[in-house]
Amino acid sequence: MTDIAGNTLLHLVPKATAQQTMKDFKTDQEVRWCPGCGDYAILAAVQSFMPELRLARENTVFVSGIGCSSRFPYYMNTYGMHSIHGRAPAIATGLAASRPDLSVWVVTGDGDALSIGGNHLIHALRRNVNLKILLFNNRIYGLTKGQYSPTSETGKVTKSTPMGSLDAPFNPVSLAIGAEASFVARTIDSDRKHLTETLRAAAAHPGTALIEIYQNCNIFNDGAFDALKDRRQADEALIRLEHGRPIRFGTDDGRGVVRDRHTGDLQVVDVTAENAADLVVHDAHHASPTTAFALSRLADPDTLHHTPIGVFRSVQRPVYDAQMSDQLDTAVQQHGKGDLAALLAGADTWTVVG
Amino acid sequence: MTSQVSSPTEQADEAVVGEQRKPGGAKDVRRLDRVIIRFAGDSGDGMQLTGDRFTSETASFGNDLSTLPNFPAEIRAPAGTLPGVSSFQLHFADHDILTPGDAPNVLVAMNPAALRANIGDLPRGAEIIVNTDEFTKRALQKVGYDADPLQDGSLAGYSLHPVPLTTLTVEALKEFGLSRKEAERSKNMFALGLLSWMYHRPTEGTERFLRSKFAKKPAIAEANVAAFRAGWNFGETTEDFAVSYEVAPAAAAFPVGTYRNISGNLALAYGLIAASRQAGLPLFLGSYPITPASDILHELSRHKNFRVRTFQAEDEIAGIGAALGAAFGGSLAVTTTSGPGVALKSETVGLAVSLELPLLIVDIQRGGPSTGLPTKTEQADLLQAMYGRNGEAPVPIVAPKTPADCFDAALEAARIALTYRTPVFLLSDGYLANGSEPWRIPEPAELPDLTVSFAAGPNHTLADGSEVFWPYKRDPETLARPWAIPGTPGLEHRIGGIEKQDGTGNISYDPDNHDFMVRTRQAKIDGITVPDVEVDDPDGARTLVLGWGSTYGPITAAVRRLRRAGERVAQAHLRHLNPFPANLGDVLKGYERVVVPEMNLGQLATLIRARYLVDARPHNQVNGMPFKAEQLAAALKEAIDD
Repeated sequence: MTDIAGNTLLHLVPKATAQQTMKDFKTDQEVRWCPGCGDYAILAAVQSFMPELRLARENTVFVSGIGCSSRFPYYMNTYGMHSIHGRAPAIATGLAASRPDLSVWVVTGDGDALSIGGNHLIHALRRNVNLKILLFNNRIYGLTKGQYSPTSETGKVTKSTPMGSLDAPFNPVSLAIGAEASFVARTIDSDRKHLTETLRAAAAHPGTALIEIYQNCNIFNDGAFDALKDRRQADEALIRLEHGRPIRFGTDDGRGVVRDRHTGDLQVVDVTAENAADLVVHDAHHASPTTAFALSRLADPDTLHHTPIGVFRSVQRPVYDAQMSDQLDTAVQQHGKGDLAALLAGADTWTVVG
Repeated sequence: MTSQVSSPTEQADEAVVGEQRKPGGAKDVRRLDRVIIRFAGDSGDGMQLTGDRFTSETASFGNDLSTLPNFPAEIRAPAGTLPGVSSFQLHFADHDILTPGDAPNVLVAMNPAALRANIGDLPRGAEIIVNTDEFTKRALQKVGYDADPLQDGSLAGYSLHPVPLTTLTVEALKEFGLSRKEAERSKNMFALGLLSWMYHRPTEGTERFLRSKFAKKPAIAEANVAAFRAGWNFGETTEDFAVSYEVAPAAAAFPVGTYRNISGNLALAYGLIAASRQAGLPLFLGSYPITPASDILHELSRHKNFRVRTFQAEDEIAGIGAALGAAFGGSLAVTTTSGPGVALKSETVGLAVSLELPLLIVDIQRGGPSTGLPTKTEQADLLQAMYGRNGEAPVPIVAPKTPADCFDAALEAARIALTYRTPVFLLSDGYLANGSEPWRIPEPAELPDLTVSFAAGPNHTLADGSEVFWPYKRDPETLARPWAIPGTPGLEHRIGGIEKQDGTGNISYDPDNHDFMVRTRQAKIDGITVPDVEVDDPDGARTLVLGWGSTYGPITAAVRRLRRAGERVAQAHLRHLNPFPANLGDVLKGYERVVVPEMNLGQLATLIRARYLVDARPHNQVNGMPFKAEQLAAALKEAIDD
């Protein structure tokens, strides 16, 4: 394992002085999610991953909005803020932009990030502020007890949609790519190894990283992602993206992704000797977001078949907070350090003598 | 208006007095103690620039002055129409003055619309300078003139100066090789030159300004300078202008010091930078553009060498959200907006109340409700600032009283926010924001010490003797909680909008704890130390006039008028609206009548009545413009006589 904290921006965050363990990141607060909630698995994965970063715990901040997932900061023994509905990306932006020595994480859900806070999410992504956003997507409103969410499938019957929802859902990965995100990934609560790998990649990324985490709400939307978790089904449903590798999945890697010569779109095919050379090789670092976007459209929103997980896109772009700091330095170089007396006096003065 | 001093002489504020001829010279020179000039034209005629330049000349000459820019919300309203008229009024004097003046002595009307829109404000005998080139049949009809007012005798009561400003300007710029349209654009500088001659204004500043403004287009710069000089020379040579005027510097009105002219928004921006320096904290502004507050964002963006971070957010909510995030991180955090923006920010203000973090919310009030009158002034956000949140969410409120006072008010708002760890509203308005006045430049050593100390270690000992950090353990004096910023080892803690247990800050739904926390947050704000309100009552009056914010100038001018007329009237002006000064109740009970003039429908009056059970009488004007001293004096007279 390379030292992730050695990447381009985390070097600004002070290092931990002693070896850390998962226990260091646990608080004394009782965790109050429903028994069986997917959030427990994500919390455990994050708590066990954080020591790997070797960052000073006091320089780590978790900011959340409102929703079940947003209780997360209370359980992390770092600095934290449980804010208001949808606003965590905006609050975290101000914190990260004013404190380059902090590692700032946002924890949010599908309602918090994509409904009430949609505006803040897309603008954080386009600015490329140094934030790591964990979007817990359970495709339902849990804390308000079971209304459909902006990622719920069309026609979903809930308390607020007894005849089925009329809304077409958002695809968070498509949305993020469309919002100029420099890092977009998807993972699953129950796959600890993949979840941790994805956290690792996000932490190493300079700029905003968005991870969509499929998370099971066992009370209001139980089994929403079973198609991806059931061992028999998952082989056919799940596509694991690996940078630099041809995109193959299914039993004995018998299925693959090729580009349609006429439309340029991606499609799933049975791999044969003839088409093996045509398989799309995943390139997360490609400057153009076109193929990453096409990958995000592969999955059937109802059955979840052909759902890619892993890092869709990871490209280097100037980071907002670093640039903001640079502008301050440049201004000092150009105009000298601010002189309050000179500022207040301005250019046109007159003097009254006694 | 020089709020720094009270005028010893209380000179006449409504009449031009002390007129005298100066012997010698080709033309007569008369001496005036004060003049009110209004420049009026199309939105695209450059009237605001012309007014600004005349103001700068006047300020550097040493007059006391007060300005009132007045312009439509549209960037370029249809040319030649009444809604498209933009004007700039300047009142300057050889003594201490308080308002931009009620009625102009001189109107410069660049077209028929400007004449028609402003003639009603002019007293008989006022001088009117009109650009005759624009008085075409079509232009006259556009604003409803059936006959040409320059010809039909309807302006007989005024001193009319018909000047073909456009023609003269084009003629003067003949040698510059500009198109007619380009040359015409300099007609405002011709008008400025003419007025500068009439009032003996210094000219070097304007020429320097033009050369720097058009540094990249030297030909345009020289053309404007030439138009400016041509206007001056026209005044000197033409027989139509037989007299010029002198208004002596207002030496007696100003204490010793170095002065500059400053607008409210500029003073407020400087106050924020000064507060940041005095607190030893970096300044962070999260803001979304909105009239009339955007100039503060623009100004602060220019001062990154003071390590000022400005963040133009995606919306009003993100503006305050980012500021709150920066406050958590240890910045002096500010958001700037106007009334509609405050409405959007309300939930985050409530979060800041709950988190107990310092945060300044600057509201440059404008006409409402909804979009209202974006470029006009109003004081109707007082109750929004006071109560506009869910739950019991008290927020201190500070209001500046003059443009220059915005500097001190910003420092005071920062003091309260930092000392008590609370969001604070700073309620300025459009009149203060865009108006300007002379300001005695303070020495940095005169500024208040706003130093804060962040929490550095444990602040509580548990029963078992272990040392812990409690984020909601309060200072017994101020009731402020510790400000522990990320990066401080051992003080890791979580805060949020859910009710917190006293001391530990852990989530608590306990009924008694909630009751205690609600009362404690209120007690913290109620206990803020603010200076007593001062009462100006030289004659032992029975009627008190109580104001707040930008009505200070007009109220004080009205009170002076009344006193000159032999009336007894007391005046008090509030800078702190929450909490009120501790002596306010006693002050109010000392008078038979309390009159509260406001540019709203009685919001302070409502608070005063509720809080002190005093029969405070509102006097209200909500027309987007500041009170006129004469009208206000008449209304106060009625109250006194009642």
